[in-house]
Amino acid sequence: MATDVKTAVQEQRTEANGIKLPVYMDNHATTPMDPRVLEAMLPYFMEKFGNSASRNHSFGWAAEEGVDAAREQIAKLIGATPKEIIFTSGATESDNLAIKGVAEMYREKGNHIITAVTEHKAVLDTCKRLEKYGYRVTYMPVQKDGLIDLEDLKRAIDDKTILVTIMAASNEIGVLQPIAEIGKICHERGVIFHTDATQAVGKVPIDVNKQNIDLLSISAHKMYGPKGIGALYVRRKNPRVQISAIIDGGGHERGMRSGTLNVAGIVGLGKACAIASEEMAKEACHLAGLRNRLKEKIMGRLDEVYINGTMEHRLPGNLNISFAYVEGESLLMGINDIAVSSGSACTSATLEPSYVLKALGTGDDLAHSSIRFGLGRFNTEAEVDYVADRVVETVTRLRELSPLYEMAKEGIDIKSVKWAAEAH
Amino acid sequence: MSYSDKVLDHYSNPRNVGSLDKNSNEVGTGLVGAPECGDVMKLQIKVNPQTSVIEEAKFKTFGCGSAIASSSLATEWVKGKTVEEALQIKNTEIVKELALPPVKIHCSVLAEDAIRAAIHDWKKKQEVSKPAQAAVAVQ
Repeated sequence: MATDVKTAVQEQRTEANGIKLPVYMDNHATTPMDPRVLEAMLPYFMEKFGNSASRNHSFGWAAEEGVDAAREQIAKLIGATPKEIIFTSGATESDNLAIKGVAEMYREKGNHIITAVTEHKAVLDTCKRLEKYGYRVTYMPVQKDGLIDLEDLKRAIDDKTILVTIMAASNEIGVLQPIAEIGKICHERGVIFHTDATQAVGKVPIDVNKQNIDLLSISAHKMYGPKGIGALYVRRKNPRVQISAIIDGGGHERGMRSGTLNVAGIVGLGKACAIASEEMAKEACHLAGLRNRLKEKIMGRLDEVYINGTMEHRLPGNLNISFAYVEGESLLMGINDIAVSSGSACTSATLEPSYVLKALGTGDDLAHSSIRFGLGRFNTEAEVDYVADRVVETVTRLRELSPLYEMAKEGIDIKSVKWAAEAH
Repeated sequence: MSYSDKVLDHYSNPRNVGSLDKNSNEVGTGLVGAPECGDVMKLQIKVNPQTSVIEEAKFKTFGCGSAIASSSLATEWVKGKTVEEALQIKNTEIVKELALPPVKIHCSVLAEDAIRAAIHDWKKKQEVSKPAQAAVAVQ
């Protein structure tokens, strides 16, 4: 009986106004691979299949060569040296390694870690686990624009603080934290600074030295590379940062992360970084143009539409909007030929609306009404126009269905209404 | 996430969308749920005072597709029933008809609540002779 929406959508994968449906606009979740990345990886599956740790034959050398080149490409993109790049399975592992690795290594120095409430779960849940082992964690609030208050940070650091971990760009609202300033404060106080830069690397300029970053998490699949590969930048001097391994074994990656290297994946990550080094500036301009076009085409035609997070410090491809009086999941259902995400509870496993939007002070009602548009390298102007039209049309239709919109139009203040059922 | 064909149908072609005059003596209004919870249903019925038959039903819903479908279905089901018959409608029947998954059962509960709230409002109006304000907003 049940019709899988996905299948239904795939069946109608047709051309409309010269665009292919469904439209993919969820590039914060993952990105399609760039064909150039795939091309670079292909030799490493069958011809150059060697183990990069095999030191005594050409198969191993060929693999090692690929890994070394990738390490350089990655280092170059973030202003690091190749020896400072440690390969992992992705940003979740990088976050775990950075935070747990510092916690263990610097346990004698202190037990206090500072993070922010809007971090990714890979950081928050890692910190929560450390709390069980006697670490003290400060979860800093964010301001209405999504940014942390640097004065809050200064006050939060005490003589037991060993690590500050704040993301470079938000996966939900795309806001860019003042990384360089945060790093500067940390260094002045002798505290290690880690940043989860999963969404930022390859999208906005990152320089670990100029931005005073000690540890930085990278993921390939958010930047047109393959899934299952990531990296952690670990500063080697000024100051030298040491971390304990969380995966023990053959001592790969200078003992920080054992396990045979995912050579093809690493080559893919390297290529993705090399492309980003070349094209990031131009691409950011293009994406910001598309994003602004989408924003104007939606906001110009709908009232009571609210942008979540600052527009001033934001990833070029991110737009996160709440459509008042319309529930997010029903909106997604109406635009089922467009792949985007919602902060609505109905779309999450926990049945709670987005904790990130709540942290901004967005009411639960508006959090339920939010849509995250993630524009990427392969989106076109025609797709943006199509998405804007479909969103406007669906929001308009759902508002005609919405008792809240009707009440608002009648001048009833929805906040003053005593709602009967609070049990849901 | 998969939706049943019936949910998709009610979502795409909702029945009986609209509003009735909440101040009319013949109209009962039920407003249930809360915006913070992501679901608000307004269900209205127009009842024939002689026969107690629900002659018209309208709804508006803020909520997910299953909530929209549950309330749309509820308006279809109450129409033509007496208020006493309508009170017999159970959320489990809505779950069955729309093939709602467990995480969406609360949508059907809300629809049942909305029917009851609308009937309660209408009954209250019948008890008092003077026109009562519909219990929509507590200012």
